[in-house]
Amino acid sequence: MSETAFYTKDLSVFYGEKQAIKKISMDFAAREVIALIGPSGCGKSTFLRSLNRMNDLIAGVRIEGEIWIGGRNINHPGTDVVRLRQNIGMVWQRANPFHKSIYENIVFGPRYHGIRDKRKLDEIVERCLRKTALWDEVKDRLNGSALALSGGQQQRLCIARSLAVQPSILLMDEPASALDPVSTAKIEELIAELKKEYCIVIVTHNMYQAARVSDRTGFFLMGDLVEYDNTQKIFTNPSNRSTDDYISGRFG
Amino acid sequence: MNHPVQSDKPEGDRLSRFPKHIREEWFGRVYVYACVALLIVTIFSIVWFIASRGLNPFISGGLNLSDLLFGRQWNPEGEPPLFGALPFLAGSTATSFIAAAIAAPFGFCAAVFMTQIAPKAGRSILQPAIELLAGIPSVVYGFVGLTVIVPFLRNNFTGQGFGILAGSLVLSIMILPTVTSISTDALGTLPAGLKEGSFALGATRWQTIYRLILPTTLPSLLTGIVLGISRAFGEALAVQMVIGNAPIIPKSLFESAATLTSIITLEMGNTVGGSLHNNVLWSLALILLIMTFLFVFIVRVLERRAKR
Amino acid sequence: MKAKTADRIAIAVIVAIACLIMAVLAALLGYLLFRGVSHISLHFLTSEPETIKTGGGIGPPLFNSIFLLVLTMIITVPLGLGAGIYMSEYARANRVTDFIRLVIEVLSSFPSIVVGLFGLLVFVQFFHLKYSLISGALALTVFNLPLMVRITEQAIRGVPREQKEAGLALGLSHWKTIRSVMLPMGFPNIMTGTILAAGRVFGEAAALLFTAGMSSPRLNFSDWNPTHLSSPLNPFRPAETLAVHIWKINSEGLAPDAPEIAAGASAVLIIIVLLFNFGARWLGRAIYRKFTATK
Repeated sequence: MSETAFYTKDLSVFYGEKQAIKKISMDFAAREVIALIGPSGCGKSTFLRSLNRMNDLIAGVRIEGEIWIGGRNINHPGTDVVRLRQNIGMVWQRANPFHKSIYENIVFGPRYHGIRDKRKLDEIVERCLRKTALWDEVKDRLNGSALALSGGQQQRLCIARSLAVQPSILLMDEPASALDPVSTAKIEELIAELKKEYCIVIVTHNMYQAARVSDRTGFFLMGDLVEYDNTQKIFTNPSNRSTDDYISGRFG
Repeated sequence: MNHPVQSDKPEGDRLSRFPKHIREEWFGRVYVYACVALLIVTIFSIVWFIASRGLNPFISGGLNLSDLLFGRQWNPEGEPPLFGALPFLAGSTATSFIAAAIAAPFGFCAAVFMTQIAPKAGRSILQPAIELLAGIPSVVYGFVGLTVIVPFLRNNFTGQGFGILAGSLVLSIMILPTVTSISTDALGTLPAGLKEGSFALGATRWQTIYRLILPTTLPSLLTGIVLGISRAFGEALAVQMVIGNAPIIPKSLFESAATLTSIITLEMGNTVGGSLHNNVLWSLALILLIMTFLFVFIVRVLERRAKR
Repeated sequence: MKAKTADRIAIAVIVAIACLIMAVLAALLGYLLFRGVSHISLHFLTSEPETIKTGGGIGPPLFNSIFLLVLTMIITVPLGLGAGIYMSEYARANRVTDFIRLVIEVLSSFPSIVVGLFGLLVFVQFFHLKYSLISGALALTVFNLPLMVRITEQAIRGVPREQKEAGLALGLSHWKTIRSVMLPMGFPNIMTGTILAAGRVFGEAAALLFTAGMSSPRLNFSDWNPTHLSSPLNPFRPAETLAVHIWKINSEGLAPDAPEIAAGASAVLIIIVLLFNFGARWLGRAIYRKFTATK
């Protein structure tokens, strides 16, 4: 594995009194895909959403422990969360394009971050859409509504939108679970392609998907990180009994 | 690693202690906090200003509280002037309670119709109709009361037509939307299994409604009725136009009477600021204000009941 | 058998009452329009009211109502948006928020006459604004603000959480996310609610008796300089609105044709309120369709 992009140390999340994830320590390398798997309610999404402090939005949430990115513990209260999130892109289960044109969806972030030059913005749009293999499909209707795209296209547009602010980390929360098999395959191809530049953390309930796209896999169970190892090892020779049970479909 | 997208402009902003996103967040916060602060200032100044004028007659010694609340004579020009507000208290209470008594069964039936009997017709016809009733201005209700209800009462019953009953009838139509919408909400949130269970036991629709639905939703229905009474109690012009404006306690529903709001409406503009007469009108306004707080309190208690 | 009979009777009564409510509404509107519409003419809509002669119109009151509505909305909308955004986005679940919620509830329960009296004390007397359009607009703001706050709060709460998160994840500040992502999405609901609120403001009279006043100066409709006393646009002049005019001619109208004028003016008022109602519904549906349409 190459340089470490970021790591967590003893990260715990509480919803009120209930501890949703328990002292998770994990490291993530640049140019690597990490899959988080586990039965629903195991805390994998909660963990993912803590990494860009998105859980701050939920009332009554308390986060303990450390998240180190670029030499800084971003779970520190003084962190500039807004700037932090610019460095961490996010993709959701349901595609959530803004109710604007395709073009506006992509330039929305960069424009906010100070890029006004029309040529530069055009460049960003083309680059991001090419990266997500959307360019040829939509280049003639950039000013059309993003909502007119198919579900799979919308999801790829959302990925393109997050790429436009040039993050180094991408968080994906079950990005293909609402899509048909063809669109899912496209997203998976895309992940393999994006891996060349980004550290990608993907939550999935589809074990085949985890096996196909990821380099390393973490198995979560009831708030604990049970096992974290190379994907191949996890799926062929897991060292933990419950991991074995889960991937062989005996529960969950 | 990638470097986050950079601005066209020089580095100045990114490095400053207060970059754009922090400045705009501050601006937003200051703006919304100011708006909320204004709401709070408004309510306190309403209480402060009206109370300071309304308490004046008691502080200056021109009048004591029991004379105001229990005095049956309103004769500000008399010698000595008399400021008994009991006729207005009685008028306000009578009109609003009778109006609620008329509106409550109608509102409940409308809600049952919309939720239990014909939800489709209810939503597409009755609901918009009731919303329209809520949108009609009170002076228009007053006008209709004056030109339809008052002559009708005059021709068919004793008296001139003006009075408590005319006021109550007008008010009952005005508060019907309030009562109906609260009842509809309450009936709409009933657990689905409740009704099916009752039908399964062989109960008819009507048995289900009055044995099961009515008792379960009673606290919410009462909330609607209290809100209706509250609105009726504070309504000014529609009542003033049809009640006859005689500062006496009427012996029947067909005799002219007056309410707190009607006397304020009529006399506030005709009295000299600072005079005892004028200040007593502010005391009446203060009573309206206190009643509002009382109604809000009752509604809150009922809502807490309904949640349990 | 008895239970079934009771059931049938009870259901019949409920249906009858539903029909009766419809009939009352129909009769109400029918009566107002039937009595009033014949009196509406261009002359009626544009000419000055008369105090003791026949042939008075409702031109100035009608203009005052519209102008006052505009003034009120200019003040109310930004304040309501701000407080509504606070309630939906910045308020934490604590006692302060509970208190603010109580404040809004109480404020919306105040009888409009009390709001008018408050306006008389504070705007007319304390701030020396006298009986004027601006006093009236401020009183109507107090009257309308709680509703506006509620409309905004609900509209913003209705925005899907993913939309908000999408904005934040791009590194937008919370405020920018609200302004550029959430407000545009809540806009159709805010718009619909605002139009309905405008209808309510348009028909309000009790709050205006002692703030905007019960009479207007002679207006010169060719003088549009807002600083002149006789200019219709002067916000510091007294103004009798349409609703107040209806109340006044009903209770103290001396003109021989007062009943006809009242009927005509009521019909005009009700037509405008109906327009607001239907306009809001239509606009809400149209915007909704535009947003969900997939071309």
